[in-house]
Amino acid sequence: MNRSLDRVLLVVVVILAILGVVVLYSAGQTDLRTGAEGKWLRQVMWLGVGSICAALAYRLSFRILEWAAPWAYGLGLGLLLLTLLIGRGFGTGAGSKSWLAIGDFRLGQPVEVAKLATILMLARWLAARREPPTTLRGLFAPVMIALVPALLVLKQPDLGSAIVFAGILFSMLYWAGVAPSLLVLLASPVVALMLAWNTALWSAWMVVLFALLLIWRPFIFEAIAVYLANSAMGVLYIVVWNKMATYQQQRILSFLNPESYRKGPGYQAIQSKVAIGSGGWFGTGFTLGTQKRSGYIPEHWTDFVFAVVGEEFGFVGVVVVLGLLLSLLFILIRIARRASDPYASLCVFGIVGLIFTHIYENIGMSVSLMPITGIPLPFFSFGGSFLVAMFIALGFAFRASGEARASGYLES
Amino acid sequence: MSAFASFEVARRATGARWILVLAFGVLGSAFFRAQIIEHDRFRVEAGSNRLRPITLPSPRGDILDRNGLPIAENIPGYSIKLLAAREDSLRAVLGRLLAYVPADSVDLELTVRRWRAATFQPVQVFASGEDRVVATLEEHRAVLPGLVIQAEPRRTYPHGEAVAHLVGYVGEISESEMKSGSFGEAGLGEMVGKQGLEVEYDSLLRGQQGTRYVEVTARGRTVGDQANSGSVRPIAGATVRTTIDLPLQLFIDSMWRADMPEKRGAMIAMTPKGEVLAYYSHPGFDPNAFIGGISAEDYAVYHEDSNHPLIDRVINGRYPPASPFKLAIATMALRRGLVTMDSRMPVACSGGLRFGNRYFKCWKHTGHGSLTLAEAIKTSCDVFFYQLGQLVGRDGLLEDGQALGLSDPTGIDLEQEKRGAFPRGLKDYVNSRGLSTWSNGEVLNLSIGQGRNTQTLINMVSFYAALAGDGIKRPPHIFRPRLGTRSYDLGLKPEQLVGLRRALSDVVQSGTAGASGGREFDVAGKTGSGQVSNQKDIGWFIGFAPADSAKIVVGIQVEEGEHGALVAKYVVRAIGRYLQGPGSPALKSEYQPPLSEDTTPAVDPLAPDTTRATLRPPAATPKAAGRRPGTRR
Repeated sequence: MNRSLDRVLLVVVVILAILGVVVLYSAGQTDLRTGAEGKWLRQVMWLGVGSICAALAYRLSFRILEWAAPWAYGLGLGLLLLTLLIGRGFGTGAGSKSWLAIGDFRLGQPVEVAKLATILMLARWLAARREPPTTLRGLFAPVMIALVPALLVLKQPDLGSAIVFAGILFSMLYWAGVAPSLLVLLASPVVALMLAWNTALWSAWMVVLFALLLIWRPFIFEAIAVYLANSAMGVLYIVVWNKMATYQQQRILSFLNPESYRKGPGYQAIQSKVAIGSGGWFGTGFTLGTQKRSGYIPEHWTDFVFAVVGEEFGFVGVVVVLGLLLSLLFILIRIARRASDPYASLCVFGIVGLIFTHIYENIGMSVSLMPITGIPLPFFSFGGSFLVAMFIALGFAFRASGEARASGYLES
Repeated sequence: MSAFASFEVARRATGARWILVLAFGVLGSAFFRAQIIEHDRFRVEAGSNRLRPITLPSPRGDILDRNGLPIAENIPGYSIKLLAAREDSLRAVLGRLLAYVPADSVDLELTVRRWRAATFQPVQVFASGEDRVVATLEEHRAVLPGLVIQAEPRRTYPHGEAVAHLVGYVGEISESEMKSGSFGEAGLGEMVGKQGLEVEYDSLLRGQQGTRYVEVTARGRTVGDQANSGSVRPIAGATVRTTIDLPLQLFIDSMWRADMPEKRGAMIAMTPKGEVLAYYSHPGFDPNAFIGGISAEDYAVYHEDSNHPLIDRVINGRYPPASPFKLAIATMALRRGLVTMDSRMPVACSGGLRFGNRYFKCWKHTGHGSLTLAEAIKTSCDVFFYQLGQLVGRDGLLEDGQALGLSDPTGIDLEQEKRGAFPRGLKDYVNSRGLSTWSNGEVLNLSIGQGRNTQTLINMVSFYAALAGDGIKRPPHIFRPRLGTRSYDLGLKPEQLVGLRRALSDVVQSGTAGASGGREFDVAGKTGSGQVSNQKDIGWFIGFAPADSAKIVVGIQVEEGEHGALVAKYVVRAIGRYLQGPGSPALKSEYQPPLSEDTTPAVDPLAPDTTRATLRPPAATPKAAGRRPGTRR
């Protein structure tokens, strides 16, 4: 079997990895000591570890992965449970117990394992169907597969990662052929929950939902259930709101109105946006970002690393990086499309969902498009666990690409 | 496997791509909006984030003497400031800073109060001229976030105490001064004049502060200068070149310290036109200690000193003018044409004068006999002047007191000058003293410079300057005459002036000041010993030289100086120093105490005053007299 390495994917990954290190290097160039100091070197080390892991993942057949999926999933859940029991907070996530550690030695963030395991597990369940589910009831099992780890993560609490599970779930359901209308209905209670803070908006949504139910005509019981669920959210949001930690509430409030939270939680969002906005067309130049240098960008080597890109390379640099990330996703989609079997195809598309959710959440929050949730930006944010997990995922993608070629895929 | 049929997958892939393009389009447009459309706003915001204005002190103008020698100048110094985001961080940094600087140089609470007044500005912690302190702080900059060390010219008075009351000192503007607006645009932390010339000419000397921007990190650490972003250079203050003759000033200071360091008093020298040549009050203080705030202990030392070194005895000390005031009475009589220099009084001096049932003594108990006005000035005969005063009369005295400026400040260009306290009028006299009546004996007391009349040294010397010059009493000035001040024409004819000068010259040649050595410089002048209850007499001497064409008028007043004749030699020495320069030879005849003293006598307390009842003033009706200023609502 001749499994040649996907060159285009390789080139884009290498460029992104180098760019990521370059930006991290710049992040370390500040006028006062920050956590970013010397992180680029450690990132290079992690890239080495990640590459080795990717090479190992590349060796694994999808048949083995499919077989191992339940075990991996079980391991992922077990680790998440363990994290809830003995987890620790470190670094940027100091407030949430997301780390497994022995003493001060950090083993890693189990959520990254859980993300990969969930992709493998969902792919296994979806690939085993002849037809994609056509009812909400039929979606129960895959929803549960994603929901259980998501809830465990939410308990840490880590809202950002929980959203990633939703991203994985929806992208994979879509790729498996579930009707988009069904996905909308599935997501509708969440939409209702998000709109419930404003009665007018929520009411409008309920009208739209009613119309959609009339048009799409799902099973009557499911339609009623969906409508009731959406209605319940109008009340439930108060419960959910009260359940949230104060900082989470403030993050949401400050997202809706950052100026009124200037000194508090809105500070990060505003400082990041100020740095990006001051970049203009071409930015201040490599390592010369004044906001970064003076330490105004919070967590500028992890969560807000993209603000460094925006400040130092300007809009042009942002477009280039966005273009590179978009092309990476396009390449992955192409691999998913060409994959020789549904399982591999679903796995790769799950990876697309994973990476996309990370990109959108991270970059979106740096320009106040998304609420602040501390999740890393692929290739740019410093962090071992996520980098290794992503490189393993990329290893899978390379494998899928290779297998497709070996099986003689021809572009039609 | 219809769901994974090739065309199905391709369709979904296309859909997925569109979703991605849409999502990235939204991201891209968000960046376009922030980086391109709103770029200007964010750039400004980024700037205000990092850039903090720091005021640059303007170098204060020098104060020079008439020959360009520095009385006040600037030396390089540093001001240690802190930028802090919050009060607790300010306190923390201050706590650390204390480890590296002399403990008494920092007032913690004051610094915090200053910081509260303007939290975005660096707060002044202390000023230091010591390179060592600054170097130590620079070394520990890492643990002192927000430290701003600014080169700031420091005011210095090279001659310290010798010029203390003249030049005054500078200090940080106070809140009340800022509110009152008396220093124009002077802002927080700016150094302004507090005393003396420094405050009088503050608007000239101060200049205009500049602004510089420093880059500040999120944690309030300063990281660099932004020299070109909107900085405004400070404008240096103007130089004030005074009329002071610094060598003479220093001569007076060293003379005083050498001969009578324990004595309180004042000395002033000026030209007949009112240009002040020397201005000295003793004891003094070290104005350098006051710069940038004096420590509480140092201030207490000055404040609790029973000699009151902070009082400027030239313009703020009022004393019974005693015998030198007799010239004012003579002037009144002459300008009214009541007498000539050769006039004699009806009663010859036999050691005293009976007035009503009271007996007013002359200082010379054996009496002077019959004297002309010129002789009376020379011998300072009290009996003569009792009668001269009566000749002028109560109303004449009060009227001419105004005409000669004896109830007004001279208008010298210094703050807070006290006016001469000759009564402004009958009513003013009675009310201000809380007295119910004007005793006619008061005319006699006033006639010899006693009674209800006190004068500042400056006012008396100013009057003598007019006698020495063209008969016009001009406001004395150190830099330039104040606006709105007036001159007083003594109203004497030239020959009358000459006559008075000749009489004053005789005082020094053979009169009461005969032993002062004044003959060598053709000094004319008048001694005096003012009486203050429970104290030794106040010694006065006011002289000028050369007698006919005076170049300099010098006055001295020494508390507990015992007698004017004892202090006259200092005036003569100062005149010699001025007229002959540093090479002035030592006086040939060394000082000998004179045999006679013309101490103005006190009213004999034994005889009750019967004159009071007969001369009740019309304004002081019993009803009006009963109203005391304090009881009025």
